[in-house]
Amino acid sequence: MGTQTTNDRLANAPTKPVYLDYQATTPMDPRVLDAMMPFFIEKFGNPHSRNHHYGWEAEEAVEIARKQVADLIGADEREIVFTSGATESNNLAIAGVAHFYKDQKNHIVTVVTEHKCVLDTCRHLEQEGFTVTYLPVKTDGLVDLAALEAAITDKTVLVSIMAANNEIGVIQPLAEIGAICRKKGAFFHTDCAQAFGKIPLDVEAMKIDLMSISGHKIYGPKGIGALFVRRKPRVRLQALIHGGGQERGMRSGTLPTPLCVGLGKAAEIARQEMASENARLTTLRDRFLKTVHEKLPEVFLNGDFSNRLPGNLNLSFAYVEGEGLMMGIKDLCVSSGSACTSASLEPSYVLRALGVEEELAHTSLRIGFGRFTTEAEVDYAADRIVQAVSKLRSMSPLWEMAQEGIDIKSIQWAAH
Amino acid sequence: MAYSEKVVDHYENPRNVGSFDKNDAAVGTGLVGAPACGDVMKLQIKVNADGIIEDAKFKTFGCGSAIASSSLVTEWVKGKSIDEASTIKNTDIAKHLALPPVKIHCSVLAEDAIKAAIDDYKRKHGA
Repeated sequence: MGTQTTNDRLANAPTKPVYLDYQATTPMDPRVLDAMMPFFIEKFGNPHSRNHHYGWEAEEAVEIARKQVADLIGADEREIVFTSGATESNNLAIAGVAHFYKDQKNHIVTVVTEHKCVLDTCRHLEQEGFTVTYLPVKTDGLVDLAALEAAITDKTVLVSIMAANNEIGVIQPLAEIGAICRKKGAFFHTDCAQAFGKIPLDVEAMKIDLMSISGHKIYGPKGIGALFVRRKPRVRLQALIHGGGQERGMRSGTLPTPLCVGLGKAAEIARQEMASENARLTTLRDRFLKTVHEKLPEVFLNGDFSNRLPGNLNLSFAYVEGEGLMMGIKDLCVSSGSACTSASLEPSYVLRALGVEEELAHTSLRIGFGRFTTEAEVDYAADRIVQAVSKLRSMSPLWEMAQEGIDIKSIQWAAH
Repeated sequence: MAYSEKVVDHYENPRNVGSFDKNDAAVGTGLVGAPACGDVMKLQIKVNADGIIEDAKFKTFGCGSAIASSSLVTEWVKGKSIDEASTIKNTDIAKHLALPPVKIHCSVLAEDAIKAAIDDYKRKHGA
């Protein structure tokens, strides 16, 4: 590839859109689908049918999957509750713990850059009378440990801090957070939707009490996730979904055997291949960044670089609006922190929490590399982005002003 | 979000991108929007001795709809007198480009840009 010119690479455009949005979702690994297939038609039993062959074989498959999930985080399989996904797991962990212990404690600590399903659950609990502290983050996206420790009181039942951020990929210091929570007597819940299967996690070493897990972020099926709930010391929670008392009463409903099997298989593959996959993703990411930085000035990385998911980049291309840029790279599937891609017309709350100025937040793209990303796709994507940004900058009044030495902040803009 | 064919056409083949000398007496410059809101449009008109807009240029920071709206109005104002140009309505722009409701503000901004450019020209000529 090294001898090809940019024009050669652009001329060899891939025949389908290049997927670079691995933090949104991932395609299933074919090995996962192979593992799932027998459980749709042939081995279709209800895993809760305790008295015949079909039930037993389904139950056995579910229990193998439960162990595969547990093994990836150093947990016991009895500590894994299957759910419909990380959103349900986050709801169950936060609301479930808050409701169970409400007679003793009424305070929750979380962070402003959490996923909406954590923040929104906390908002609902506030309406019920709970108190929630939303910790800010530093400009690198990391939580201030001293501020965390200071926020935990004897009324704090739960601290909920995500492992890796979905927009900026920043990894929080889980072991340090776990140690603080254990010392202060609060349960530690972590949303690992982005981290499970991507980085080493150990519920013992990190003193994690509850962990939310997603299937479709790790090349498994959509519609399945899990919640790790610690047994020693025991974490109790009130169920959200009531019924037949499956999953030890914490989550009723017949388990979807093929989805459980898929999550288990995806976890097993992740455990075996994490180290080599992360090395490969880091190489691809660095290759992409090198091209972009060589060819474009004023490109800024949002979030810490070293404490970061290997496949994630979040870049601000100054003077070029994110949605306008995405329209120019239609054959690349990325996402933008620009307001215009959402109905809210507000730029990313995560970037704002880092102190990224609104004008730069509007120029950001999230680029995610994953298991099936090739070097050729990375090169093509970098060239296309450089080309599109260069064209849009030549059309940008802000770029023109910056080139003329005009400080954009000195202008009285009329907000609209 | 799916863009209309006309928005895509203006985005991919923007008309009249560029700048005139803003100190030229024949040039009126409108700069509207705000970087923090994700949209900034610069629209310039060049007016001849008969009061007719003989040329127009734009540069826009914004989404595809904002770029298309400003590109479109550079075409529309050309050949019009400044009084005729000032009657261009955002609703006409939005209708022509088939903008969805969430993008109507782009057409409003383009109308504001025309008015700002005309005001700047008039100010230079003591009107």
